[in-house]
Formats: sequence, C-alpha cells, structure tokens
Amino acid sequence: MKAILEAKNIVKYFGVDESKTYALKGVNLTAYYGEVLYIVGPSGSGKTTLLSIISGILRPNEGTVIVKDKDIWKMKDDELADFRLNHIGFVFQDYHLFPKLTTTENVSIPLFLKRQNWDKSLKEAKYYLDVMGLGSKADLPVYKLSGGEQQRVAIARAIVSKPDILIFDEPTASLDGETGRQIISFVKEHLLTQDRTIIIVTHDSRIFEYANRILHMEDGKLKQTTNNHFDTEKNNTSVTQLEAQ
Amino acid sequence: MKGLLKIALKLLANDRGKFFTLILGVTFAVFLMNQMTSMFAGIMRKSTSNVINIGAKMWVMDPSVENDRSSIPLPDYVLDYVRSIKGVAMAVPIYFGSGLVKLPDGTYQGANIIGLDDTTLFGRPPIIKGNLNKIYNSDAFIGIVDSDYRKIGSPGIGSVLSINDHRAVIVALAKPTSGGLFGTPTLYTTYTRATKDLPQTRYSMSYILLNPKSNADIPYIQEQVKKLGYKALTQKEFEKTIENFYKYKTGMGTNIMIMTLISFIVGLSIAGQTFYAFVLENLEKFGALKAIGAKKYELMSMILFQASVTSFIGYGFGIMFSSLIIAFSKARIPNYAAIVTYQNMLIAFLMVVVIAGFSSYIGIRKVLKIEPFDVFRG
Repeated sequence: MKAILEAKNIVKYFGVDESKTYALKGVNLTAYYGEVLYIVGPSGSGKTTLLSIISGILRPNEGTVIVKDKDIWKMKDDELADFRLNHIGFVFQDYHLFPKLTTTENVSIPLFLKRQNWDKSLKEAKYYLDVMGLGSKADLPVYKLSGGEQQRVAIARAIVSKPDILIFDEPTASLDGETGRQIISFVKEHLLTQDRTIIIVTHDSRIFEYANRILHMEDGKLKQTTNNHFDTEKNNTSVTQLEAQ
Repeated sequence: MKGLLKIALKLLANDRGKFFTLILGVTFAVFLMNQMTSMFAGIMRKSTSNVINIGAKMWVMDPSVENDRSSIPLPDYVLDYVRSIKGVAMAVPIYFGSGLVKLPDGTYQGANIIGLDDTTLFGRPPIIKGNLNKIYNSDAFIGIVDSDYRKIGSPGIGSVLSINDHRAVIVALAKPTSGGLFGTPTLYTTYTRATKDLPQTRYSMSYILLNPKSNADIPYIQEQVKKLGYKALTQKEFEKTIENFYKYKTGMGTNIMIMTLISFIVGLSIAGQTFYAFVLENLEKFGALKAIGAKKYELMSMILFQASVTSFIGYGFGIMFSSLIIAFSKARIPNYAAIVTYQNMLIAFLMVVVIAGFSSYIGIRKVLKIEPFDVFRG
C-alpha cells in the first residue's frame, strides 16, 4: 500500500521551562491510501494534538509531516491554509456549523473559500447533501436539524472539496450507539475510496470494528498499532496485534 | 470572495436580534451626532443671518468687533476715507440697532432695526409685497416676514406701529434669506430715519458696506482700511468671525461638541460591544473556518464587511431619522435652528467609519487569536 501521510518523530510540548508539558514524545505514524485509521487512547494521551499536527493546524516542535510527498510544516501560513482547503476535510466533534445558515450554505463554505461562484457552489453542495441523504433538508437552517443530521451536514462540508484525507474528531461522541454506527458504516462504505484516507480520533470502542488499523496512544506515545481485519461478509471482527512501538 | 462576503452578510442578518441591536446602536449614535452638528450648523447660520441677508461683499468695522450684533459705531470720516480708496466701487453706511415696538395689548417687543443707505438702499431684502419706493414716505418701514414677525402681530402693509414712541408705517414686506438667531423681529428703514428715531451714541454708523471694483482689489482695500486703524472683512471672513465668536467665546461650541462626543461614545460602545458579542458567539465557527482553510485576510474581510454593512445601514437610518426630526421640528417650531449640511453628514460618516473600524478591530483581534487547534480541543 502507498502512504499518503507520514509523520516522523513528532514532538510537541506546551509551556516553557518548569511548566513545559509534553503532549507528544516522538510519534511516528503512517497513513495509507484507502484505509480507515483510528487514533484511540485515553483523555490527555495526545491524540487530538497528533491529529492537529498531521492535519496542518498545529505546528510541532520537532519532526516532519509529509503529505503526498510534501513536508507540510515547511509551508508558509497561507500555503498551509490552501493545503488544508484542498487536501483535508474536517468533521469536528461539535460540527461547528453556522446554525443560522442553511445546510446548503454551510456545505458550500469550502467552495466559497476556493473562490467558486455562489450558484455553482450551492449546486455542488446540494449534490453532496443528496449523497448524505439530506437532499430534502437543503434549504433548512442547520439549527432545525437533529444531531445526526447536523453531523451528516458536517461530513458533506468536509467532502465537498474532495479532500484526500478525511479527519473525524470524536464523531460519535454526541450520538447514540446505533446512529454512531450507522454514520461510520456509511462513511466507510461511501466515502472511502482508493484515493482517500479516513482518520478518526475516538474513544468509542463500539465503532472500532470499522477501522482498518487502530493506533493506540498513551502518554504522548504510540503504544501499539492494531490491524483490524473487518469481514463484512461474516460481520465479525478479528483483531491482530501487529506491532508495538 | 463574493461568496464568503455573502455568507458573512447572512451570518449577520440571520441573527436578527443582534443585527437589529447593532443597527440600532449605530443609528442612535448617528442620529445624535447629526442632530447635534445640525443644530450647531443651524445656529451658526442664523448667527450670521444679517451678513447673509445684506449680502455686501465687504464690511468695514472697528477692529474689536467680534460679531454683527456688537458693532462699535464708526466716525463719519471713515466712510469718506473708504470711498477714496482705489478699487472701491461703492461704500455706504448701514445702521444696526434695536427698538421697542409697542403692541396693541400694551406690551413691548424688542425689534432689530436696520437702517439702509438712503440713496442706494444697498443691502435691502427681496420685497415680496408692497412698494419699495414708499420707504421714502414719512415713518416708513419694511417688515421682514420671518418666523419672528408674528411677535409684533404680523402687521400688514399700511399697519401703524409705535417704535420707541415714534410712529412707524409698514410700507412693504420682505423675505430674508436666513432667519435670525435670537428670535427678534427685524424691520428695515432708511439710515436717516433709523438714526433719528433710535437712541444714539456720538457716532451712528454701525458698519460701512462696500463693494470692490474687483476681487483683486480686496487685499489692497483691506490694507488701506487697516492703515486707518479699522478692519475690512469680506462677507465670508465676517461670517467666520461671527461663527468663531459663538463657537469659542460663548461656550455654545464646546457644549455641542461635548454632546456630539458623548453620542459618538454611546454609539461606539453599543455597536462595539454588540459586535464583540456577535464575534464571540461565532468565534469557534471562525476557528473552524480557519481550520478548513480560510486565510487571515479572508476572515478579516468577513468581519470588516459585517461591521461596515451594519455601520452604513445605521448611518443611513440615523441620517434619515435625524433629517425627519429636523424637518418635522422646523414645520412645528419656525425658530428651530438646525440644518443638515454635507459637512454634518461627513462628520457623522467619519465617526461611523471609526465605529466600524473599532468594532471590526476588536472582532478581528479575537478571531485572529483563535487557533484552529482550540476548536479541536473544544
């Protein structure tokens, strides 16, 4: 498998001198095209920090992040913003949608950032809302949607710019178990392609079955990687521990 | 960028409560600022009404004169001297004084009496009724039909009044270009009659009105008059002198400036605070936009656009309400001294730009500070 993302020896600390706290202590990570990669671990283990660094929103103190053969942390701020816009799709834990805008307008935002015109952007956004099963709610303001629907809007917004890497931060945190599973199953089934990687940070062991690989983090380090062979035919899970860092 | 600005506008307008409060804040500030500056402009204009109405190109006066109502009488030789200056086309005396008009009910009303040069009647107001030539009849006066004329019972042509116990007959009615500041009716007569009927000091000539042969002669005339120990001002200069007197020597200017400043601060606080609350409410969303790929200048443009739209809508409403109130007040209160000038609107506009700039600044500062990482951390 070809790597889409390689993070090498990532170190991140916050504060200075005595108050210096290490969030990441030399993490190596590789994500491949066509896989669903989970980053799991207890609170404070550094998974959100790692996610932020590999997605180009938090600068590491040490280490490199290579995405599609480019070292993203050598880019200038505006270049990095463009990189995120064109290559990364974010689905935030709290969705961070604009409640007073319609679902279509929310989904169109990355296209507006790409300077695409208003009508064309809305048309494209509606297509992705259809993909997410929300075509009938295209003109509703977001605050009128349920939590699950809002998350699907957030996913539509993440995929509308056709990113290579889709990043989900605790996607099931505010959903019930069944809805959470439905969403992740849908994501894997419909949004995972051979040209794309999906990276999910989660606590929720109920959705582990949908991962291709699971990176377990603890205390700022990658403790182990689990290769998860998910058999859709048999609908069961067999977990094999491959390596421990 | 257009799409983003449209989104920024929708974000703003869809939050109706905040949008309304923001516009209200700016409207209120602009209303007050425009009201204050319009009143000031109105007062200034009224304070120079005599100079505007008489319309002489130049005025000769004692050097210590600061406003038209406190003239210092000039000796007659000054008139002869001025007439002899090269470049003077015409120079005539004018008399400014006041008299008491006895009303039919036995009470008295003060009135401005202006005595025009007998030969030329230079500085006369435009006659709207009656015959100007009858000014040479005995006891003849011209009534100025302004908002104060009713105070002497709005006498018509042929009406007989008593001014300082002298008989006065209204022979014509005239309309002034600008009404006076002090709410006193004005009557015109000839210089000779005015100086005869009203109590006099040693000298009687209030000012000399003159017209130069050409504008190029003005500096020379001023220089020559100065040599004699007097001063010659152009109409504009005299207006400015009077305005400066009311602005800086009566406290009127300071008071109005303070009120304008207070209204500006009130507007700035309301708009600034509401806009700040609006930005705070959407801060995480702006953080999310940053994470998605919005650049700093795009976020700044969105906020600046929101603040500008709000401010300029507020500006429009503020000017509109203020103009309506002024128009309504003028219709109801004829003496109401307020005029909306381009300068007033420009001052209000500049202050609105400051409000928009300040509101944007505090919003932008906050938005630029938020790190997308904070959005992840929650």
